[in-house]
Amino acid sequence: MFKIEPLKKEKLKRRKFKAVNLIGWPYLLILFILIVIPVLLIVFYAITDNVKDIYFEFTLKYFLMFFKEAAFVKVMKDSIVLALITTLICLIIGYPLAFVISRQAPKRQAILILLVTAPMWINMLIRVLAWKQIFNIIDERIIGTNFAIVVGMVYVFLPFMVLPIYTVLSKIDPLLYEASADLGSSAVITFLKVTLPLSIGGVLSGVTMVLLPAATTIVIPKILGEGKYLIGNLIEDRFLKAGNWSYGSAIAIVLALIIMLMVVLTKRFDRNKGGEAYEKE
Amino acid sequence: MKRNNFKVVDGLFLVAVIAFFYLPIISLMIFSFNSDNSLTHFKSFSFKWYLELFKNEEITNAVIMTFIIAILATIISTFIGTFASIALAKYKKRLRNTVLTLNNIPIVNPEIVTAIGMLLLFQSLKIEKGYFTMLLAHIAFCLPYVIISVYPKVRSLDPNLVEAAMDLGAPPLKALRHAILPQIKVAVVAALAISFTMSFDDFVISYFTSGSATNISIYLYTLKRGVNPSINALSTLMIIVITIVVIVHYLRTNKQIKKGVKFNEKSI
Repeated sequence: MFKIEPLKKEKLKRRKFKAVNLIGWPYLLILFILIVIPVLLIVFYAITDNVKDIYFEFTLKYFLMFFKEAAFVKVMKDSIVLALITTLICLIIGYPLAFVISRQAPKRQAILILLVTAPMWINMLIRVLAWKQIFNIIDERIIGTNFAIVVGMVYVFLPFMVLPIYTVLSKIDPLLYEASADLGSSAVITFLKVTLPLSIGGVLSGVTMVLLPAATTIVIPKILGEGKYLIGNLIEDRFLKAGNWSYGSAIAIVLALIIMLMVVLTKRFDRNKGGEAYEKE
Repeated sequence: MKRNNFKVVDGLFLVAVIAFFYLPIISLMIFSFNSDNSLTHFKSFSFKWYLELFKNEEITNAVIMTFIIAILATIISTFIGTFASIALAKYKKRLRNTVLTLNNIPIVNPEIVTAIGMLLLFQSLKIEKGYFTMLLAHIAFCLPYVIISVYPKVRSLDPNLVEAAMDLGAPPLKALRHAILPQIKVAVVAALAISFTMSFDDFVISYFTSGSATNISIYLYTLKRGVNPSINALSTLMIIVITIVVIVHYLRTNKQIKKGVKFNEKSI
């Protein structure tokens, strides 16, 4: 009798542990099979060549092919340039917008933010088709130009810029503005010395949240660019039309690396800014 | 005086941006009521395109499948993800951190990369693409968002709670239902909402993993040049539903905030 009790407790504990562990298994399986393995597959296909049906050989020719074809490198360059322009315009409109909204009465702020974010809930294709119709009404010739693509991208991605900046701005203690004014700073100086440094984090997350999808979109160039070809469309073609998975995978890896590089650079910019501010102190 | 000028400029700026956001949507809706099939000249008011919409089997089929996939993906991913969040909190630190890092892959990766990865997986396994693979893909890309929504909430719970429930004789499932779920309800509901909208609006991943199966986004993307106002009618209906949901949600949170304020005032 005396000995059974602790044993039973042990057993119970082990069972509890097992039950809790088990309920995580479906997720781990999906994570492994549908998320981790696909990434490995992309890498695998990009660096191998299917010699016979089952025999694969290591090769870097698909990467070389991409960089050799000037037209494709240009597509990559175009995509990045258009994405950068879009990001810049989103910043130029989005920052003042977030700033003005953060200065309104609380209730008005909530309504304005609702108005800015509500379009995000509408299917992106519908919003892009809406612009196509607008351009058709104004002048058909606009469709197919870079201008049309940039307008479409700014329209779709602007909320991603406004939201993080607004979140940061609305958290700044208003007493800081007062203190700055009391110390004799003009509105401009207050903005440069108080508001801007405190909101740089929001700006950077806004920049990555616009830059990433803008560089890889396939919907906007297809509908508003009519025939204009950006990097997303190139990957789409390699995979769905040409059926050349290895080539498509290689392009996707180049794209992912460039984007990663841009994100890392943005983050470094943040750190440098922070460092400078410290040094000045 | 100067202040007032600022206010006018601010106001004009706000109006301009809001117009930029809403004019295309409004124009799209207006042309859904055009009696003519032109998308540039409004002739007269009619519901013709709405009737046309319900007659178009391709569209109604795409809408129904979008709903079915979204509902299934939402329920399955939230279910699996919520359980996983509870389990994750109990895992050893190293395993947990690894899993949480891997969980971020589809969140930071461009969508198109996730999409071709899944395409390669299905092709390599020789699984025929269709609604089933689309559903699998949707579950897979919703799950990480369920985890990042639910897991932090589970983490903040008192770990002794479940043990206390079990010590009092509750079997694990019962302990889960009565001790944990009520406390993470808000996060679970958020996960449901995120999953549903992501699945419902998804284009890129569906497009690559569905073969010849279509949902609303794929239908709109693969439209040939013959765009007609029944697309506007479909869009208008979707926009109306979304508007109602957004307004109801807004009013409800507003009410809750007000209640919260009253409560605070009382406690002071």
